[in-house]
Amino acid sequence: MSESNSPPRNPRFGILFFVFGIAVVGTFALGWLPDVKSAHGHGIDGVIRYLLGTTGALFLLGCIVLGFFVMKYGRGEAQTRAIVSGKAQALWAVVPVLIMCAISEVGVLVMALPVFGEVYGEPPADAYHVEVVGKQFEWLVRYPGPDGVFGEVDHEKVHETRNPLGLVKSDPAALDDIVVRGKVHIPVDRMTVVHLRALDVIHSFTVPLFRVKQDTLPGYEAFTQFTATEAGTFELACAELCGLGHYRMQGSVIAESEESLQNWLNGQEPWL
Amino acid sequence: MAVEEHSAPTSFVQKYIFSQDHKVIGLQYIFTALFMAIVGGGLAVMIRTQITWPEKAMVTPEAYLSLVTMHGTIMVFFVVSLALVSGFGNFLIPLMIGARDMAYPLLNMLSYWTIVPACLLVLVSFVVEGGAAAAGWTAYPPLSALPEAVPGSGLGQTLWLLAMALFIVSFTMGGLNYIVTILNCRAKGMSLMRMPLTIWTYFMSSILGVLSFPPLTAAAIMLLLDRHGGTSFFLPDGLVFNNEVLAHEGGTPLLFQHLFWFLGHPEVYVLVLPGIGITFDLIATFARRPVFGYKTSVYALVVVGFLSMIVWGHHMYVTGMNPYVGEYFSVATVLITAPFAVLGMNLVASLWRSRIRMEVPMYWALGTVAVIGLGGFGGLFLATSISDIYFHDSFFVVGHFHLMIGVVTVLSIFAGLYHWFPKMFGRVMNARLGKLHFWLTYVPMVTLFFLMHLQGMSGLLRRYYDHSIYEFQKPGQELALAITLLTYTAFAAQGIFFWNFFRSMFSGEKVGENPWNATTVEWTTPSPAGHGNWPGALPVIDRHPYDYDPAAAEDKDYNPQGVVA
Repeated sequence: MSESNSPPRNPRFGILFFVFGIAVVGTFALGWLPDVKSAHGHGIDGVIRYLLGTTGALFLLGCIVLGFFVMKYGRGEAQTRAIVSGKAQALWAVVPVLIMCAISEVGVLVMALPVFGEVYGEPPADAYHVEVVGKQFEWLVRYPGPDGVFGEVDHEKVHETRNPLGLVKSDPAALDDIVVRGKVHIPVDRMTVVHLRALDVIHSFTVPLFRVKQDTLPGYEAFTQFTATEAGTFELACAELCGLGHYRMQGSVIAESEESLQNWLNGQEPWL
Repeated sequence: MAVEEHSAPTSFVQKYIFSQDHKVIGLQYIFTALFMAIVGGGLAVMIRTQITWPEKAMVTPEAYLSLVTMHGTIMVFFVVSLALVSGFGNFLIPLMIGARDMAYPLLNMLSYWTIVPACLLVLVSFVVEGGAAAAGWTAYPPLSALPEAVPGSGLGQTLWLLAMALFIVSFTMGGLNYIVTILNCRAKGMSLMRMPLTIWTYFMSSILGVLSFPPLTAAAIMLLLDRHGGTSFFLPDGLVFNNEVLAHEGGTPLLFQHLFWFLGHPEVYVLVLPGIGITFDLIATFARRPVFGYKTSVYALVVVGFLSMIVWGHHMYVTGMNPYVGEYFSVATVLITAPFAVLGMNLVASLWRSRIRMEVPMYWALGTVAVIGLGGFGGLFLATSISDIYFHDSFFVVGHFHLMIGVVTVLSIFAGLYHWFPKMFGRVMNARLGKLHFWLTYVPMVTLFFLMHLQGMSGLLRRYYDHSIYEFQKPGQELALAITLLTYTAFAAQGIFFWNFFRSMFSGEKVGENPWNATTVEWTTPSPAGHGNWPGALPVIDRHPYDYDPAAAEDKDYNPQGVVA
């Protein structure tokens, strides 16, 4: 609406971007990650902190430049026409390309790859194995018993109260299997491998303080592995929408010393 | 190729209801989207209310899941896509390339009238038995396949799938029309590398849409068959409900996720690219200087489009997909930040040595630039598969995708409405109210979605009816009240917009053909533009789209891209 009046100006609008940049970077810097309680979790937090540092710096820089331009060029002074050659524009484009390729691929290939090895690599022979099965809306936990072997299951035999996992009586390996609801007992400082299955829909096994999250898919066995570094009881939740009780699909992971874990296991009756 | 001839409408029905005029169809889409936005926004308000005061149990858990599902579905497909892609796309493409209409006006009309029943199906699904679909906007089976799994997976989910199928049909008709129109109907002299960036983004967006939607059509049909035809595309053996094993066997739920995200990820760019294109054009117009790096921006858009087609698996890092495949998706996904950073840098650099006019659309355009930055960088945390283990399905994801496909798109829809309102109605919207609307929308919206990143960082999980039973979710939940109050503010502020919009339509200040002294050719025809867009001959394009000069006198600092004989 500037045919006759002078066009509207508002160089102070640039302040918005200074505030924006500083507020974002400043609040992130307060630290929001809960204390990590697993070995590989430190690696995950390291990747997150690396990304916070690098992208935070770039975001702040971008906001400052944006705010500065709005304040400087928002006053309405005539500017000499900026003739930038096509070649110069192309060269300028190389700058963000190199910076972003470096930051992002260093993140994935340098920072994250060692953690990838811990999370997905071959577990050591002495790893502790436990099975967690998701169903609406609880976690069923199975321990292999003294034989160290998970017995056969058959979903035809599943019954909510009598046989929640459908253990097969004719399989000797199933006879000593221990089944409990919602409580995953694991050792401290030894790798735990959790075998994950689901009976009905997709669930997701997540223990936030361990930085662990893995979907449980019906018809498929997934696994996740981690090493607890501290004894204690840690909350287990479902991260994948699984129905109306999704929010209350609560469980707990009890990390304890080898002796107390063994005592607890010895005190359990086999399900069958 | 010329536009398929159609004569000027003679009756009210021809002109405003079953219109073949791209401008009317564009406005029909925009009005439909604005209506659906009130519904979708209302759902957001209800979601926030429930999770902020879970002890009041405003809705049941199953109704809450319907709210979440339908909010996402409506906002993605029936608000942002309809307003930004279909609405502005239809309105702007012929006008900005100097064409009389879209290449296929009849197809265009059919496209709109296919989306109307889709909207009705979505709305009706709230009142059917079992309620609206409740398996999330992503509709993962088995949850979405089996009424045993959640009540919304009864008739509600069937209606959802039918609505999606109609949406895809409509979008495909529209997308093909855009591609043909842009390739074949440009005015004399409008070479591809003279097209405004808005048109480039619609071009890329249509190509992505047309390539990526067919797999979702397949997925929707297969899911319908699993639900009603007894097939097992997505359903494995041994699914147990109520102590009974279902008869399904041999399928895999992961297949659906691949098909869904093969569309789902490009869809993000289908939505967000036009927003970026509009932002470029508005920044050039109100900064009064040519876009910095036009060519590099075009190439960046093409690279973004290509990469967006081959990175869908980054939504599936923790699903049980082979982690080495995930690692590929991670390496490829983070590369997108490179062309995106070029776009971001070019947007900011377009202000260098400029002479900024702070008209209302410029508030929105500048605001968008910072959000593109914040949303873009946030994506890296999720694209890196290892950090995604922690963030997946947390509020960090919710905050991130809302910034990109919620805030960037909505801000550019508003920017576009304030900017092209004169071309739509021959009048201008009230500037004072426009700025008030900006502040009361921008600050709350950006703040609340930013706070969701912090919630996610502290461990808060999404799609929870009640977070309060978990110790680890308490720190994140402390921000919930602030976020909810900001949501209310942003929602209520839209009252200002609606009042301004409808009032200005009838009593806004009348303006001439080019109120902003802009260069692109839609400003060389009367406001509003009539049937056939230009009363006489079409403009002839003789220069690039952004011939502004901040060194010249204020009223002579631009040369229109096209000349009308």
